[in-house]
Amino acid sequence: MSVIGDYQTKNTLETFGFLPQLTQEEVYAQINYMIAQGLTPGIEHELPENAMDHYWTMWKLPFFGETDLNNVVAELEACRREYPDHHIRLTGYDNYTQSQGVNFVVFKAQGGSRAW
Amino acid sequence: MAKYESGVKEYRDLYWAPDYVPLDTDLLACFKVVGQEGVPREEVAAAVAAESSTGTWSTVWSELLTDLEFYKGRTYRIEDVPGDKDAFYAFIAYPLDLFEEGSVVNVLTSLVGNVFGFKALRTLRLEDIRFPMAFIKTCGGPPAGIQLERDRLNKYGRPLLGCTIKPKLGLSAKNYGRSVYECLRGGLDLTKDDENINSQPFMRWRDRWDFVAEAIDKAERETGERKGHYLNVTAATPEEMYKRAEYAKELNMPIIMHDFLTGGFTANTGLANWCRENGMLLHIHRAMHAVIDRNPHHGIHFRVLAKCLRLSGGDQLHTGTVVGKLEGDRQSTLGFVDQLRESFVPEDRSRGVFFDQDWGSMPGVFAVASGGIHVWHMPALLNIFGDDSCLQFGGGTQGHPWGNAAGACANRVALEACVKARNEGRELEREGKDILTEAARHSPELAIAMETWKEIVFEFDTVDKLDVA
Repeated sequence: MSVIGDYQTKNTLETFGFLPQLTQEEVYAQINYMIAQGLTPGIEHELPENAMDHYWTMWKLPFFGETDLNNVVAELEACRREYPDHHIRLTGYDNYTQSQGVNFVVFKAQGGSRAW
Repeated sequence: MAKYESGVKEYRDLYWAPDYVPLDTDLLACFKVVGQEGVPREEVAAAVAAESSTGTWSTVWSELLTDLEFYKGRTYRIEDVPGDKDAFYAFIAYPLDLFEEGSVVNVLTSLVGNVFGFKALRTLRLEDIRFPMAFIKTCGGPPAGIQLERDRLNKYGRPLLGCTIKPKLGLSAKNYGRSVYECLRGGLDLTKDDENINSQPFMRWRDRWDFVAEAIDKAERETGERKGHYLNVTAATPEEMYKRAEYAKELNMPIIMHDFLTGGFTANTGLANWCRENGMLLHIHRAMHAVIDRNPHHGIHFRVLAKCLRLSGGDQLHTGTVVGKLEGDRQSTLGFVDQLRESFVPEDRSRGVFFDQDWGSMPGVFAVASGGIHVWHMPALLNIFGDDSCLQFGGGTQGHPWGNAAGACANRVALEACVKARNEGRELEREGKDILTEAARHSPELAIAMETWKEIVFEFDTVDKLDVA
């Protein structure tokens, strides 16, 4: 029997998709990084079959001026309660570069592996 | 008005101007010069200014038909080169009207033209150019730039991850597409044609395009991520180059590739314009650069070539790795990486930057680190190059004992672990081993990669060092 392993393709959905499920503490650390970098936190959600679209649906508006970790976490959880069958990602808007300094899926749609 | 007197004048009478204050619109250049023995520095430096602008060896009557005071280049400063008693720096100011708008070709033809063969010089090296904003605004620059490239490819908060498909020559189109697919499904964002791959008998370009397109489409569907492959359109003629680019567009491919030095700046600028008009990203290889930039006393420093490329147009440019198999001093590399990505770069001799350079609204270029790198280098690479880079592991992906997909996965896991750790405030280069070891506990692919390449280092001294005291 060959010692070579079988690599199975995964649906990874971009940044951090190759890491094990982030723990609650690890997600908090990334939110703190985002806030410390002066990025604006935002939340987006979408049905898995539309995940390749550039635009996911925004949850409310980006949280301009938000510096409290707990408020960002509360919004993530509220979005999760409202859309359990959607992927939910966290974005960090950078208004200087007009890019996003952070963007990763926090919760995969229910049945996925990302729920806290 | 002066009378015409034929004969030979000393260059310094006309072209050495120590009291001249450069204008904001002047193009400034710094040359490292070694003159022939016995010739005074001022005379040699003035000769460089003359021969790279309006002058010739003998006075000619038609000079009096124009106002050479308006058009001539001037050497306005001479400096010692630290640690080198033979060489000196000559700083030369060129009036803007000496150069055609939007043409780095024209700038280089003057500045690094005949003057480099001039007999009064032993060696000559163009160290840096300060392009005035008035010139920059006439250049097209990167077809997309860093921000738009991230948006098109949906990659945020981390460097891009790529690799060059190997072996560099000899694969059939279908086998080549297989290799691309394996890399992309395993976690790479982008794969690359080797620069030598154009359209040889073993694999014609059109067949490669077709199979690679299928590989990308399939990998995107399966991973839920956007993927691409740099299709090398470098060809024998511009007509052929555009034909290949058009077909890449027809297949909805996101990115193509060009070799800007062997292909030439005219071809590159034209292709960059085409890319801008057709929504295509442009990856730039730099074959032949070491011929031009490696000798510390003669040629052109790569920081000049990098600046010229940003003006000519490209969305990604190879910069060396600092840590891999190819030449590259860390401070010097950081100096020209800034020139690719920043909107303003201040003079900093410790990085070999001789002038303040304002890039205005010119989009940025991704720095590509490629050549002899593997997972153990990941913490240092992220620390050196930051997020706006593309890290390319060729052998470090396809040399994995389980194959390309597992090798790609190992690199992606290592990259994401390092990004996550950096964001958590950990020191990458000091804690690199711990970060990778922790990540490998969840990834057999990474654990095997770390074992495979644990002994490989490339520690040779740099040939082209910065001149420091």
